[in-house]
Amino acid sequence: MKRFLEKLVEGILMISGSLTSVAILLIIIFLFKEGIGLFNSPEVEKGYVLSVSQANPVNSLSPLEVKDIFDGEITNWKQVGGTDEEIMIFRFDDIFNYYPEEEMGENYEFLPDKLSSVVQEHATIIAFLPEKYLSVSFQGKLLDKKNISPLDFFFGKEWFPTSAPVAQYGVLPLILGTLWVSLGAILIALPFGLAVAIYLAEIADVRMRKVLKPVIELLAGIPSVVYGFFGLVVIVPFLQSLFRLPVGETALAGSVVLAIMALPTIITVAEDAIRTTPRIMKEASLGLGANHWQTIYRVILPYARSGILAAVVLGIGRAIGETMAVLMVTGNAAIIPATLLEPVRTIPATIAAELGEAPAGGAHYQSLFMLGCVLFVITLVLSVAVEIISGKRSSRGV
Amino acid sequence: MNKKNIIQWFTFGIFRALSYLVVLILFFILGFIIYNGIGVISWEFLTGFPEDGMTKGGILPAIVGTLCLMAGSMIFAFPVGVMSGIYINEYAGNNWAVKFIRIMTNNLSGIPSIVFGLFGMSLFVNTLGFGDSILAGSLTLGLLVLPLVIRTTEEAMKAIPDSFRTGSLALGATRLQTIWRVILPMAFPNIITGLILSVGRVSGETAPILFTVAAYFLPKLPASIFDQVMALPYHLYVISTSGTDIEASRSMAYGTALVLISIVLLINILANSLRKYFGNKVKTN
Repeated sequence: MKRFLEKLVEGILMISGSLTSVAILLIIIFLFKEGIGLFNSPEVEKGYVLSVSQANPVNSLSPLEVKDIFDGEITNWKQVGGTDEEIMIFRFDDIFNYYPEEEMGENYEFLPDKLSSVVQEHATIIAFLPEKYLSVSFQGKLLDKKNISPLDFFFGKEWFPTSAPVAQYGVLPLILGTLWVSLGAILIALPFGLAVAIYLAEIADVRMRKVLKPVIELLAGIPSVVYGFFGLVVIVPFLQSLFRLPVGETALAGSVVLAIMALPTIITVAEDAIRTTPRIMKEASLGLGANHWQTIYRVILPYARSGILAAVVLGIGRAIGETMAVLMVTGNAAIIPATLLEPVRTIPATIAAELGEAPAGGAHYQSLFMLGCVLFVITLVLSVAVEIISGKRSSRGV
Repeated sequence: MNKKNIIQWFTFGIFRALSYLVVLILFFILGFIIYNGIGVISWEFLTGFPEDGMTKGGILPAIVGTLCLMAGSMIFAFPVGVMSGIYINEYAGNNWAVKFIRIMTNNLSGIPSIVFGLFGMSLFVNTLGFGDSILAGSLTLGLLVLPLVIRTTEEAMKAIPDSFRTGSLALGATRLQTIWRVILPMAFPNIITGLILSVGRVSGETAPILFTVAAYFLPKLPASIFDQVMALPYHLYVISTSGTDIEASRSMAYGTALVLISIVLLINILANSLRKYFGNKVKTN
């Protein structure tokens, strides 16, 4: 009986021990299940088709070309591989410019035929039509129906998930925005954090440590949304007046806020790394006549190199995944930024801002889950990198 | 003073200045929010409902919502986390399974909170059909802090010298009895401290609750675990970025930020004093 109880408890403990692994597995399954669906969705909005006249040599258009045509940026068929003629855009409502409403019949039963003839008669037309109004004898040529391709997703330069007729799911601006903000944050936080870590580990007396340690703990404990709010009411207006910007919500504002948020991580991990330096090495250096700073610079920092690297990677990971603070201060413009003084939009901020509006199961919804997958993979790679970096250190012995 | 000592004096001076600056940053952030928020705090603010498109009234539903989420997530994360910690530290040897679990726990703690939000929405809200509810939000948040609970439990148990284990086993106690009667009571203070810090983490998380539980405005308090709730961090987010009148609701935002920060401060102070209290007690024994 007693032995049975022992085994039972051990079993229960083992199950809860494996729960984190199960959770990761479930996260992967659910994220990718929804995300992969994106590549099975048609480029053109569901239930609609794009059509041209039979006389037109163009058979297919890329999503970006379609968007440019409907935005009026491409106006000639020559630009997309057709003949040298102006493009005529036709949306479903435009039918009433060609035929008065009376001719459609009582229940619009003639509408499909009219649509068909309009498309056939105008050689330069591109028509965006609901599928249900196409008759069996539709005379126009339907453009190739393609699914959203991973290539367009990962290398597309435009993110307009709600534009019609073809939504643009190019994550490049979001990935670049995320990297810009995170790298900016690390550039600010690393020298700062390293200095504080060295001070804490080597220079500070006990009294100062007793003040600094809880301060750093508290900095780590402040909720990200409070940092975002603080950034919004203090840092954003400050940067705006400092650089005389039209808007203060910029990548730089995000970097500053993220730098403050990444500081505790960097300081704690780097300090631990510095502390692992064996006393004997320090004493040898001091004994050879080096002073304290030379010992830190020449002995301790090189020794703690991999730990400091781990601190940097962890800091980057924290910055890349941060959502709320960034969402509130970076301005959320999905453009590829040229400088740090422009609004950007990061991957987590995009998910947070858009998921509420995206209908569940639609391509937009799926694209946001795909973004989640991208984010997941990035942070997983960083975790593994930290694992390898710190593994190296422990295998080196000493 | 020769050259190398001048350099040392100079660099150490910079390091010291930067360290003071960190303290200054914290006090500036806290001071700024306290200074602007203290005037808003009143009995009506803490016990009233939002009025006039969030520009007046109070934040009671948000406070209650956050408390519900804190309690809910801990009901899930605390037992599971402590049991995992016990298993990793006391039962499993140093084999591949433990290494795997440890790596997975590490990875779980590295996953961004917004990904937890996506996952929670997909699994709890849609697939399991909980809808936007306290249940879905608590489970998502619980999963988020699980690595933290596991790690603090592990560390608390690791700090207990092996002589206690071998002593207990030598007296004829079984493994389970050793854990239950010797290890757990000794590790308890540190485990509790870890629990309190996890609660603090939960109270401020926004991204995971965006799509699993948080409501923009609710005129009533939650009645069951299948209700939506308002939450302090989400409330602060909406009234500072997308309220009906951002300028007019700014003072409400300062007040909300102050309440949120007070919770975090209180939790930290509580954790630290508990640590100190139990620390002294163990020493005198």
